[in-house]
Amino acid sequence: MKKTFELEDLDCAHCALKMEEAIKKIDGVKDASVNYLTQKMIIEADDDKFDEVVKAAVKAIAKVEPDCSVIL
Amino acid sequence: MTKKQKKIFKRIIVSLIFLIVAYVVNFLLNKFTPLSEYETISELVKAFLFVIPYMIIGYDVVFGALKNLRYGRLFDEKFLMALATIGAFGTGEYPEAAFVMLFYQIGELFQGYAVGKSRKSIAALMNIRPDVANVLRNGETISVDPSEVNIGETIVIKPGERIPLDGVVTEGETFIDTTAMTGESVPRKAVSGDDVISGCINVAGVINVRVTKSFSESTVSKILELVENTSNRKAKAEQFITKFARYYTPVVVISAVVLAFLPPLILFTNPLPWIKRALIFLVISCPCALVISVPLSFFCGIGSASKSGILIKGANYMEVLAKTKTIVFDKTGTLTKGVFNVTAIHPNEYSQDDLLTYAAYAENYSTHPIADSIKAAYAREIDTKRLSDVKEIAGKGISCKLDGMEVYVGNNKLMDDLGVKWHPCHHEGTTVHVSVNSEYAGHIVISDEIKEDTIDGLKALKEAGIKKTVMLTGDSLAIGEAVGKSLKIDKVYAELLPNEKVDKMEEIIKASKNGEKVAYVGDGINDAPVLSISDIGFAMGAMGSDSAIEAADVVLMDDRISKIATAVKISVKTFRIVYENIIFSLAVKFAILILGVFGLANMWMAIFADVGVLILAVLNAMRCFKTIE
Repeated sequence: MKKTFELEDLDCAHCALKMEEAIKKIDGVKDASVNYLTQKMIIEADDDKFDEVVKAAVKAIAKVEPDCSVIL
Repeated sequence: MTKKQKKIFKRIIVSLIFLIVAYVVNFLLNKFTPLSEYETISELVKAFLFVIPYMIIGYDVVFGALKNLRYGRLFDEKFLMALATIGAFGTGEYPEAAFVMLFYQIGELFQGYAVGKSRKSIAALMNIRPDVANVLRNGETISVDPSEVNIGETIVIKPGERIPLDGVVTEGETFIDTTAMTGESVPRKAVSGDDVISGCINVAGVINVRVTKSFSESTVSKILELVENTSNRKAKAEQFITKFARYYTPVVVISAVVLAFLPPLILFTNPLPWIKRALIFLVISCPCALVISVPLSFFCGIGSASKSGILIKGANYMEVLAKTKTIVFDKTGTLTKGVFNVTAIHPNEYSQDDLLTYAAYAENYSTHPIADSIKAAYAREIDTKRLSDVKEIAGKGISCKLDGMEVYVGNNKLMDDLGVKWHPCHHEGTTVHVSVNSEYAGHIVISDEIKEDTIDGLKALKEAGIKKTVMLTGDSLAIGEAVGKSLKIDKVYAELLPNEKVDKMEEIIKASKNGEKVAYVGDGINDAPVLSISDIGFAMGAMGSDSAIEAADVVLMDDRISKIATAVKISVKTFRIVYENIIFSLAVKFAILILGVFGLANMWMAIFADVGVLILAVLNAMRCFKTIE
């Protein structure tokens, strides 16, 4: 499954790269991108693990930039 | 500005006021501290004065840095900024410390604001998603979500409303504003029977439209999907920057550590000047200017293109387009209108009308464009009772019996096979010969018109730096060369079968040197193989054609050749700006790093190398959004 999420207060391009790398490392993620310019995150992951993946991704984002939140 | 940005802006102002006060007091203290016993107190006062604005502007950075330290993230931007400024306080550079933090925040605010602004203007451009569809059900109009409308249902569109789904007008007539889709500002007329495309705006009258495509298959959805995915195809320049950013910060920070401690250890000198030099490194250690400006340039470039009705599927294609020097065109439907018309009727002994009648009857069951144009020219009912034994002779023509007469309609080869003596026509176009009872009856000439925009468009391409234009066509050499000559096309390859077009394209790609790229322009309907092997493929007139949208790398919403020149110009400009930013940012940063090693740079120069370069690079990147005519 592939889903796009909107991000709020993603303030630095450099952080977006770090988030992307962190999310890509989550188990079950096939592909991920965090885009600073569009303020969007796209996650492609296995269907059965999708919810867990999203939870882990939200955590990973908060770790890189506490201000940034995912609109679920 | 967002709430968060406004808050930072206020902090910047307040901090700036305190800084000015601190500066004045600092100046006075420096001038009027005559007694050396007060020096320590005076130093403390100065430090305190600068700590106030520093904390006002930088408390969040410092706290963020502490948090990152706990997580062990030593190469974090905030951590490094905090370390550099606290270090500057430690070495007695109070104003510098406060100013570095202030400018850092100004830079952050500016970049957030600039990016937000570009994002908004591009989002507005792509604000084509229709909210509701007014569908006719059981004699009533009800508003539903466009995705709930089925194919075959009728929707009502009032003036001022956006067309929610692709369909055919069944009632009413109006003008349609296609600006959002094609960049073309002149409204189009739409009457009963005309196709309308979702995403356009109905400007004049009420129309009823029979829906022909579901919402997810409608043009507007296809385009939004395409636009959303563009930013995920990264250009090489962007990939380079991403990789570069990964190594740049650690390398600079490690160099800073080495610079601070190694020379004093070896030379047994005072470490203070070396630590100052190392702090300069820390201030310059963020690659922000590059990380932001490069993708921002492509983002704005793609935005600028879509403003003109050109959809570039990704920054990587923009990169290729900027290096394109050869453009290969398909003839029919691309350079020409693709609509064939009977332009001459030259009978032998018969009347013009008779000749046309024979041809129209023979071609009655054919769906070939040539047959269509002959039937269109005849424009009367065909009485099929008069017609029998219709046979298609592959690649040559058609035979039939009309009122008992043997009629053959076809090309030169067919006439040769029949042994009928024919003569060529001086008119340009496709000649269709007719024979009746083995006697030559004459010929009909069908030709395709060149699009109004083609000649200007090709001229614009040459001005945009395209070195060579090539035309591929399945038509005869005579027609191909005639069209090529009138359009001043550099090279014409004619009489090509579809698979030969692919071979020719491969040949052209192989022949291009120095990394110069070859583009192919087609209508995207039956030239998908050629589109896919080209370095970059353009599909024209994509309004409503899914296959074109999918097969091509660049989609032109209308079918004007001049838009290709616009796309090339935008790409070249974007690419130039990207390179300007990369070279400028790196040059300034490295120059100041090197000066820093030898003690020739100061904190002020470091601020410029960090924030100054960031602001200049972002401003430069935003130029990509400007429209190019």
